[in-house]
Amino acid sequence: MGKTVVLGVIGADCHAVGNKILERAFSDAGFNVVNIGVMCSQEEFISAAIETNADAILVSSLYGHGEIDCRGLREKCDEAGLKNILLYAGGNLVVGKQEWSDVEKRFKEMGFNRVYPPGTSPEVGINDLKHDLGIED
Amino acid sequence: MDAALLIDFGSTYTKLTAVDLENEEILATAKDLTTVQTDIMIGFNNAFEKLKEKIDLSKVNFVEKLACSSAAGGLKMIAIGLVPELTAEAAKRAALGAGARILGVYSYELTKHEMEEIVKKKPDIILLAGGTDGGNKDCILHNAKLIAQYIKDVPIVVAGNKNAQDEIDDILNDAHVYHKITENVMPRLNQINVEPAREVIREIFMEKIVEAKGMKRAEEFISGILMPTPAAVLKAARILADGTDKEEGIGELIIVDIGGATTDVHSIASGEPSKAGVTLRGLQEPYAKRTVEGDLGMRVSAVSLWEAAGTRRIKKFVPNTKYDVEERCKFLQANVNFIPKEEEDIEFDEALGMVATEMAMERHVGLIESVYTPMGIIYSQVGKDLLNVRYLIGTGGVIVHSRNPKKILSAGKFNPDTPNYLKPMNPEILVDKEYILSAMGLLAEKYPDKAIRIMKKYIVKA
Ligand code: B12
Repeated sequence: MGKTVVLGVIGADCHAVGNKILERAFSDAGFNVVNIGVMCSQEEFISAAIETNADAILVSSLYGHGEIDCRGLREKCDEAGLKNILLYAGGNLVVGKQEWSDVEKRFKEMGFNRVYPPGTSPEVGINDLKHDLGIED
Repeated sequence: MDAALLIDFGSTYTKLTAVDLENEEILATAKDLTTVQTDIMIGFNNAFEKLKEKIDLSKVNFVEKLACSSAAGGLKMIAIGLVPELTAEAAKRAALGAGARILGVYSYELTKHEMEEIVKKKPDIILLAGGTDGGNKDCILHNAKLIAQYIKDVPIVVAGNKNAQDEIDDILNDAHVYHKITENVMPRLNQINVEPAREVIREIFMEKIVEAKGMKRAEEFISGILMPTPAAVLKAARILADGTDKEEGIGELIIVDIGGATTDVHSIASGEPSKAGVTLRGLQEPYAKRTVEGDLGMRVSAVSLWEAAGTRRIKKFVPNTKYDVEERCKFLQANVNFIPKEEEDIEFDEALGMVATEMAMERHVGLIESVYTPMGIIYSQVGKDLLNVRYLIGTGGVIVHSRNPKKILSAGKFNPDTPNYLKPMNPEILVDKEYILSAMGLLAEKYPDKAIRIMKKYIVKA
């Protein structure tokens, strides 16, 4: 099907294990995964998406600073000409016990199409992405 | 005796090196002013006359006559890509490694204004990249169409998204623009692939550029002008480091070439992080990497060197100079043929050489950054880690003729005051004292084993 996704862990976050698992899971599901690895700036996500003509950007954040790191990503995508590119975020996006619906709402307001709570399995993201890109199983 | 005559048509001098192929020795070297404006062979013959005074030609049979050239402005190139840090940077590195002088690097969709600027700069070759394989096609197609519209007789090397190649081929064919298509300089994100583009650039250099620069006449006498001079140096560096089928190399190395106008640094090294726990980021680095600093030079670029370094940094290396640094740099820039003889003039030149080396090395090597977390410090690296490189080699007139090359080159070593720059910790410092590196790059085309043995003999401890 040849849909391309850019995958990476944002900010100063070095948690590498989940990133590798996601790369494997999305590749096995038939996506062309461009994994930019850990400790990636917003600019690195955007540059990668431009050169590879990506259909979606999957952002992970595990260390608790996800909200700060993700803020402004949608606006920069718009600025860079990545109109309507899908933005997903997951991992341990925020610190402590916060009401998930609040977190989700804030990330959606920041322009993310889908937001996942801690411990979400990759399959959930894969099914959503297939749906959002109109891919039939 | 069978010998090889190796010629470097330089921007200022035409340099000849005669090599005894049987005993693997340098017979003699000679130079005279390059005469590309009138007839390139005049300068060559003048230098050849000088060579004749040093060796008995009746005993010498030149079985090879090979040349490289940086005359007539060198190989001038424009690099075009999509994102500045990605395909545009990859294209620039490919061109630099091919021995080019970069007139400009452009990214994203070009404008008509930029296209006019490119035409005005009069490049010899344009390298067009953009998009990973299967990635963005729109940008490179847009740029190919503009090129088709604006470019008449500049050869184009196309090294971008594979999936756009056929369309680009049609666009340029329809407009009768000479072009060659080769592999993408960045086939996958952050993965660099510069060798195929470098090879195609060299083919075009031999087929077209030599003639366009009025050097074709030289080929009646010599076997061929094979490559731009910097490409010959890089070739020699590579053979010396890696060895050949039969001869062992000396291992990872760095070459610094300080000139009047630019300072070149070549590294032959993988550049992988040498410390555990360091995350490598950004665009992959070429194993054989060349950088050129157009603002760091001893004469033509003396003022821009002062501007880039500042007075204090230069004074660090000549604390007691009687000269005003700014005035002195202006003087040197206005007197490009000045040769220092007085002690204080020599010292000032050495200081400029040291600053040029220090800064050119800082720009060439990788940078390590630390990120503080509650877990302690974690590190990320961009560029090449050259901490453990074994040899730092100096070449070029400034170093070769210096009484103190080791002092100048030591400025390129790791500095504990600026530990983020991954410069070599304890390299052995060597000097290309007979100035033979470019000649050996040429010789290596046909006699790699001989070339490396001669280099091992003549490139010596400083
Ligand atoms: C191993 C580990 C480390 C290692 C990381 C080694 C490495 N290089 O990978 C080290 C020791 C270095 C480390 C450091 C830190 N860690 Co830590 N670490 C962990 C630990 C124990 C396991 C992480 C892991 O590998 N999980 C396994 C993988 C498979 O799961 P995952 O990462 O969650 O990813 C999966 C899902 O989240 C999901 N997913 C992730 N992203 C996305 C995106 C999308 C779109 C979708 C659909 C799904 C998805 O799919 C992934 C694959 O299944 C966790 C606790 C835990 N049990 O999770 C803490 C944890 C992540 N660390 C934490 C913290 C605070 C830190 C530190 C700040 C300091 C500290 N107190 O240890 C530093 C930060 C360093 C830095 N700058 O990044 C906290 C984060 C708290 C928060 N967010 O609220 C955690 C949760 C521990 C805790 N409960 O306090 N850590």
